[in-house]
Amino acid sequence: MTNTTAGAPRTLYDKIWDAHVVERQEDGTCLLYIDRHLVHEVTSPQAFEGLRMTGRKVRAPERTIAVPDHNVPTTWDREKGIDNEESRIQVEALDRNAREFGVNYYPVNDIRQGIVHIVGPEQGWTLPGMTVVCGDSHTATHGAFGALAHGIGTSEVEHVLATQTLIQKKSKNMKVEVTGRLAPGVTAKDVVLAIIGETGTAGGTGHVIEYCGEAIRNLSMEGRMTICNMAIEGGARAGLIAPDETTFAYVNGRPHAPKGAQWEAAVSWWRTLYSDPDAHWDKVVTLRGEDIAPTVTWGTSPEDALPITATVPAPEDFTGGKVEAARRSLEYMGLAAGTKLTDIAIDAVFIGSCTNGRIEDLRAAAEVLRGRRLAEGVRGMVVPGSGLVRAQAEEEGLDTIFKEAGFEWRLAGCSMCLGMNPDQLAPGERCAATSNRNFEGRQGYKGRTHLMSPAMAAAAGVAGHLVDIREFAAVTA
Amino acid sequence: MDKFTTLTGIAAPMPLVNIDTDMIIPKQFLKTIKRSGLGVNLFDELRYDREGNEIPDFVLNQPAWRDAQILVAGDNFGCGSSREHAPWALLDFGIRCVISTSFADIFFNNCFKNGILPITLPQEAVDALMEDARKGANARMTVDLENQTVSSSDGQEFHFDIDPFRKHCLLNGLDDIGLTMEKAPAIDRFETQMAQARPWI
Repeated sequence: MTNTTAGAPRTLYDKIWDAHVVERQEDGTCLLYIDRHLVHEVTSPQAFEGLRMTGRKVRAPERTIAVPDHNVPTTWDREKGIDNEESRIQVEALDRNAREFGVNYYPVNDIRQGIVHIVGPEQGWTLPGMTVVCGDSHTATHGAFGALAHGIGTSEVEHVLATQTLIQKKSKNMKVEVTGRLAPGVTAKDVVLAIIGETGTAGGTGHVIEYCGEAIRNLSMEGRMTICNMAIEGGARAGLIAPDETTFAYVNGRPHAPKGAQWEAAVSWWRTLYSDPDAHWDKVVTLRGEDIAPTVTWGTSPEDALPITATVPAPEDFTGGKVEAARRSLEYMGLAAGTKLTDIAIDAVFIGSCTNGRIEDLRAAAEVLRGRRLAEGVRGMVVPGSGLVRAQAEEEGLDTIFKEAGFEWRLAGCSMCLGMNPDQLAPGERCAATSNRNFEGRQGYKGRTHLMSPAMAAAAGVAGHLVDIREFAAVTA
Repeated sequence: MDKFTTLTGIAAPMPLVNIDTDMIIPKQFLKTIKRSGLGVNLFDELRYDREGNEIPDFVLNQPAWRDAQILVAGDNFGCGSSREHAPWALLDFGIRCVISTSFADIFFNNCFKNGILPITLPQEAVDALMEDARKGANARMTVDLENQTVSSSDGQEFHFDIDPFRKHCLLNGLDDIGLTMEKAPAIDRFETQMAQARPWI
């Protein structure tokens, strides 16, 4: 809690870091205190087993939150159990570990169960100024609250369980500013895809990114979570957005948010969490909000992002190792250079994930789908990010809109974002997806993924091919 | 964790950029509750066809590189998912060292927890080592952690940087949980201070 650089201008990242240093070694390696540790079933069994083998306990079970999400079926009959034996064993292991070690736990049949990165903020576990880790790269999501949040491996999960700390070297500071206002039809997803298209998937490596500027400031918490969620897709250790009134309004009243006098004390500290005007940045990237168009990916890396008005590039458009990577991507994706992105026909639509599985995302997709239907031969799936998101959507009648449009309405989980459960693409199947990764095989063996916003994915489903939401709205209104 | 001191072995060339952890070990193998046994599925979808037959073109299926202990890879190796199954699979296959121009942060950290040495070198050095790796089984590279050097089979030597603490842990095969547990009094003190300063946490 010592502040070794008091007086010198600091970034938001510097401030949160300084507030969590337990011990600093001569070479700059720090022991960093962890405020919240989120746990899911895939990356934790070996860590709990490690504790058992060494006779160690969970140091701070009250700061540890477990929820199964990757393997859980999203079909309505899931109370009957999980058919796949390995998936079932993994979920059962989490259940046993959570109870044995006494951590906070939301089992599959709890209405609050969902994707760990949606549950944390929803329940008020994630608060500004915290350090938050999870054995999952999309932990970056929680940075939307002005928390330092990042993914860790299973060995580090065990380290945090045993000690509530991590051994860390500080990253560099990177500022990504999005100025001005976003055009109609342009969402947080388009902004973050455009940023990654600009910086590349390794552009943030070794850095923590702070997203700022008017266009970011005007986003809702849902939108900010979408932006920070994909910080990892730009290679950054974490993404951050300074907390403000929008943040406080979202947090206030959540089950684990502070109350009464503690709330007042917390908010007054949170108001100090911003980057000082003269703070040092190792890297700065600026985008004009007005210039960002609805954006989609064409290849097998999130950096393969282009405005929907563009055409599929040729390998020769690139340099270095990317030439061969682009050639491989085009072959995998079954696309010819020069094809208009809006001419790419799709077979499936997936709406969900920790990137775009929140209520605002479902509202945006439903708005496009109201009174419309999926094109002939296109299948669609909507997977709410949590049981509470599902309940809220049902209260608003969104489930009816989706079902009338021909979509399957599912229970909460990670689902087809990574296809660890039965929700997968078939070989060659092409999907308009609101998730975060278009890697080879990500959504299913030989499946083809195009990343985009919920509204764009819904519109693509109706048209049967990728479309520009701005024209789609005009044409079909 | 096994110590890492020096390693002399076959290096396999994988020039593709942005090799992600989904490629290194696909999702269907993340359902295990153990750390071992993943080597057979390392690079599964690049290495086998749908029927489980080896794809002959893939580098680790070719006789010269089947026993590789070092990978020389394209930029941004290990990007994407945080799955530690990726280094577990590499280690189980027998890979103890990966050389590239850049690594994704989480994968890079995960390597050190498993006795794997990720080495970052400039483009020209990686290009030279990639060329050397292409020579196959008769070309053995040597990695010397103490002296922080990689030597190609034709005697070119490249110096690499490494964080001193990580080097110390790798050389001695140290378990950092044990090291941190010894700092429990400092963690206790921090928690006491925090309960005063930020009681809502």
